[in-house]
Amino acid sequence: MTNPKTGTTRRGALKTLAGGAAGAASLPLWARFSHAQSAEPIRIGFQVHRTGIGAAYGRWYGRTTEAAAKLINDAGGINGRPVEIVAEDDGTDPKRGAEVVEKFATQHNADVAFGTLFSHVVIGSAPRAGELKLPYFVVSEGHHVASGMLNRYTLQPGITDVKSQVKAMAPFVTENLGKKVTLVFPDYAYGHDHRDFFSAAVEAQGGEVLAKLAIPPSETSFTKYFPKIPRETEVLYHVMVGPGVLTFVKELGEFFGGRGPELFGFIDSLEAVAMDSPGLEFLEGSHFWEGMPRHAQPDQSEFDKYYRAQVGVNDRGAAINDPADVSTYGHMFGCWETLYVIKQAMEAAGYRGPQDRASLVEAVEDITVMPHSREHPQGPKVFNGKTHQVFGQQHISRVENGNLVKVHTTSIEDTFYPDEVDYTKRPL
Amino acid sequence: MEIGPYIMLASLEGAVTAAVLALTACGLSLVFGVMRVVNIAHGEFFMLGAVIAWWVAQGIAGHPALGFAAALVVAPVVVGAVAVAADVTILRHLDYDPERTIVATIGLLYIIQQLTLMTYGPEARPVQAPFSTRIALPWLEHGPEGWQVIWPWGLGTTTYKLAVIGAAVAVLLGVWALMARTRIGLLMRATQMDREMALAFAIPVERVYALVFGLGAGLAALAAVLIVPIQQAHYLMGGDPLLLSFVVVIIGGLGSLPGTVLAAVLIGLSDGIISVFFSPTLAKILATLLVGLVLVFRPQGLFGVRAP
Amino acid sequence: MSRRARILALHGGLLAVLFAAQFVLPAYHHGNLARIMVLASYALGYNLLFGYTGLLSLGHALFFAAGMYGMALSMQHLEAAPAPALLAGLAAGIAVSALLGLLALRTAGVAFMIVTLMFAQAGHLTILYFGEWTRGDEGFVIAATRRVLWGIDLADPVSRYFAAWGLFAVCLLSTLWLVRRPFGKVLIAIRENEERVRMLGYDPFLHKLGALVVSGTMSAAAGAVYGLLFGYAGATFASVQYSIFPLLWVLLGGAGTVLGPFVGTLFMFYLIDLASGVTTAYMLIAGVVLVALTLFAPQGLMGEVRRRLWGWLP
Repeated sequence: MTNPKTGTTRRGALKTLAGGAAGAASLPLWARFSHAQSAEPIRIGFQVHRTGIGAAYGRWYGRTTEAAAKLINDAGGINGRPVEIVAEDDGTDPKRGAEVVEKFATQHNADVAFGTLFSHVVIGSAPRAGELKLPYFVVSEGHHVASGMLNRYTLQPGITDVKSQVKAMAPFVTENLGKKVTLVFPDYAYGHDHRDFFSAAVEAQGGEVLAKLAIPPSETSFTKYFPKIPRETEVLYHVMVGPGVLTFVKELGEFFGGRGPELFGFIDSLEAVAMDSPGLEFLEGSHFWEGMPRHAQPDQSEFDKYYRAQVGVNDRGAAINDPADVSTYGHMFGCWETLYVIKQAMEAAGYRGPQDRASLVEAVEDITVMPHSREHPQGPKVFNGKTHQVFGQQHISRVENGNLVKVHTTSIEDTFYPDEVDYTKRPL
Repeated sequence: MEIGPYIMLASLEGAVTAAVLALTACGLSLVFGVMRVVNIAHGEFFMLGAVIAWWVAQGIAGHPALGFAAALVVAPVVVGAVAVAADVTILRHLDYDPERTIVATIGLLYIIQQLTLMTYGPEARPVQAPFSTRIALPWLEHGPEGWQVIWPWGLGTTTYKLAVIGAAVAVLLGVWALMARTRIGLLMRATQMDREMALAFAIPVERVYALVFGLGAGLAALAAVLIVPIQQAHYLMGGDPLLLSFVVVIIGGLGSLPGTVLAAVLIGLSDGIISVFFSPTLAKILATLLVGLVLVFRPQGLFGVRAP
Repeated sequence: MSRRARILALHGGLLAVLFAAQFVLPAYHHGNLARIMVLASYALGYNLLFGYTGLLSLGHALFFAAGMYGMALSMQHLEAAPAPALLAGLAAGIAVSALLGLLALRTAGVAFMIVTLMFAQAGHLTILYFGEWTRGDEGFVIAATRRVLWGIDLADPVSRYFAAWGLFAVCLLSTLWLVRRPFGKVLIAIRENEERVRMLGYDPFLHKLGALVVSGTMSAAAGAVYGLLFGYAGATFASVQYSIFPLLWVLLGGAGTVLGPFVGTLFMFYLIDLASGVTTAYMLIAGVVLVALTLFAPQGLMGEVRRRLWGWLP
């Protein structure tokens, strides 16, 4: 948890004073009578996977969030008020997730909730956030927000969704790796999204999906499934996740013995895993989608450099003080960028307290362009206020000598697809 | 892949699963047979074994085989000691009451899991195999020129996987010898048959229980050390071995070691071979239902005898 | 006071206190209690089979999920209104528990544990397998606009609390009624000595089947109401973990006591909630408390109360 420094600027204090006068009636007694300069902090409920299957992600989501919150506070906070991160573990469980959202709204008096990664936790929690009218900023990659199944109060402004990622990747795969594709994916919703979106995208490119191999979750040995991969397969598209992925990759290597098809995977499989782990030699020459290149590239932007330094990550994407502690670099930038979106929107809306939550949501919906900057180190982005989803560049890297070398960057336009929902038409 | 080589491959994979499962389940079966205790924390002992193996392998420089060999000794001993401590401080005071031990071992499960998360962390970490060479396997095919040897694409295994099977067989023989040929095994069997009578014959039942609990946990840890170069050490890895061991112990007939081993082979192989014919998740559903139905129609297990 | 009056006063009193609590509780605990009452109904269903009949099931998540998905799928794909959807959930619960009962009750003891566990696992995997309709592990949202029962908006905190209270009251009172009827007495007798019950001329199988179906239906009702009140159905609720939870709650609260399931659920909920405020390793604290309870309060909380204070507790 972050203990915010109260860095109040003169301008901020003035703003707070003005806002404070208007909102005084709604403030608790002690706050009305305490000196107005040290304003009450803005409380951001951080729903984090500290335990359960998402814990490896949660740890780095936590570090990134702390780093961004510290910077925001050092620069004067939001509307002159310090930011306080209130972290609650959801155990990577949708039931506990919903409880945690309730706790933010009714116990911690948080202004917003933020930070959830795993889709089932997002979908289990979002209904409660909508009913409690608590702006809920998820950092999940799921297509749930843009598909229209959630609500006006749930937004994903910091990370792109799987549908746009897959759509942008497909042309590269069919043009450079091969047109006959076999998909291997976990047999749950995340995998099904990949299956459906990628199949459609490959067929649109004139390619062909030969087989779709759904692996049951919590499977620990994979070799027995590999003979189902058709021999004429040119590209094997794999998106396995969870603690079993290393086994998956190793057994794939043993199975093909160096004679197999091209591999294209999502870095989700290897987040928090070092590329030089024993058994991964087999990945040499294969391609990965990366939200943000883990290994610093020759054309590294100054923003990426700054972001690494602040979060405490070295050029290999591992913790500076422990190189064996590899980050979830391809995803965690989403926390950083989302916090800055919250800041931007709160300032645009003149946010004072929970009574302004509706206008905060509207302020986020009004955001369109996010330039490549320290606030958005992953790259430039376009936010779609109607679908509550952000769009941005995607990267493809090739494994060369154990390094992830960026070989292709898509344009933002490559990731667009027709809107499936207009949340702005729903009541606030 | 042709159906023949595919079944051979699936059987080989199934054999590795079966080998590890047999070890883990033997530990559970010992505890269940002798102490009549359902140890929900058994899977966590398995996980601890894998995690300790990673630590040991990490701490020892030089050839990966050195670290691995050390882990083979250290992990089961440490885990066994932890289990003995749990028995002495907790289970003994519960008088091994079935329901209370279930709750207590659920508590133990959370304690071990959380301590591992706090110290070892949430990552899945690999241990390097001491040796691992891929072996391509041949297959006989009847072609126009009569029988000929072919080398089907993908049909193969690794030396390490074969070694795991071998090691499991050796350890199981050792356990059998311990139970059947030694004095301590005799004490265990006596306690298993009739606790009251054993007490009457001045067998130190409490010490036997502690030993059995430690031995059972040690076997789980040993199985984990063997598997950790193939899979990875992760703090939530204990769930599946626990469930599968339970299934194996029940199918094999409670407390029957030969039955347990046979059941492990059966479950391991069927898991592999069913996956040849059905889509993966459907195969899992069928395998699970099969286990359930076997028990419905033979509640005493496949190899057990009906209780009087 | 006669024993009967005491019992009525205690259980009626609890329901009255819970009913009144909603006017004084702060928002957070108000919401929690609604959730706890639904989960306690699940535990009550579990307790009927485990605490009173002596059958330890490791597969009750199957019933909870049957209710939840029976309700949610009929709303999602058949456009059903909440009332018929709830009935569909109940029907699913009855069907699944009767089927499981016919098979699993051929076994006893540990084999029964494993059979229920295996069928529940198969159920969980089946939900994943039909991901096209169920959205697998991710689950789906039941829109707030559709969760209106007879003009009552179930997404509203007050009506949610009422609905949860109603379910809990029905489950609590029917358990109380059942265990004091001859049927319930036979169940307890089966728990104590099945052979003797058989010799007395009762059919243990039919009684156990009855107990399992009532237990499964109660669990399904809790699952259906949970989905309806909180607007989400997902495969997590069908996983092993959710079969272990009611066992834990019941053992903590006191197996074979009518109040035990509620006390256990309440205790466990706040234990996790408070411990998570103190440390991130809150499950460690939960583990330690579990071990300590089994050491020092072996009958569970209400079981200890019955042993030490109120011998008349049903």
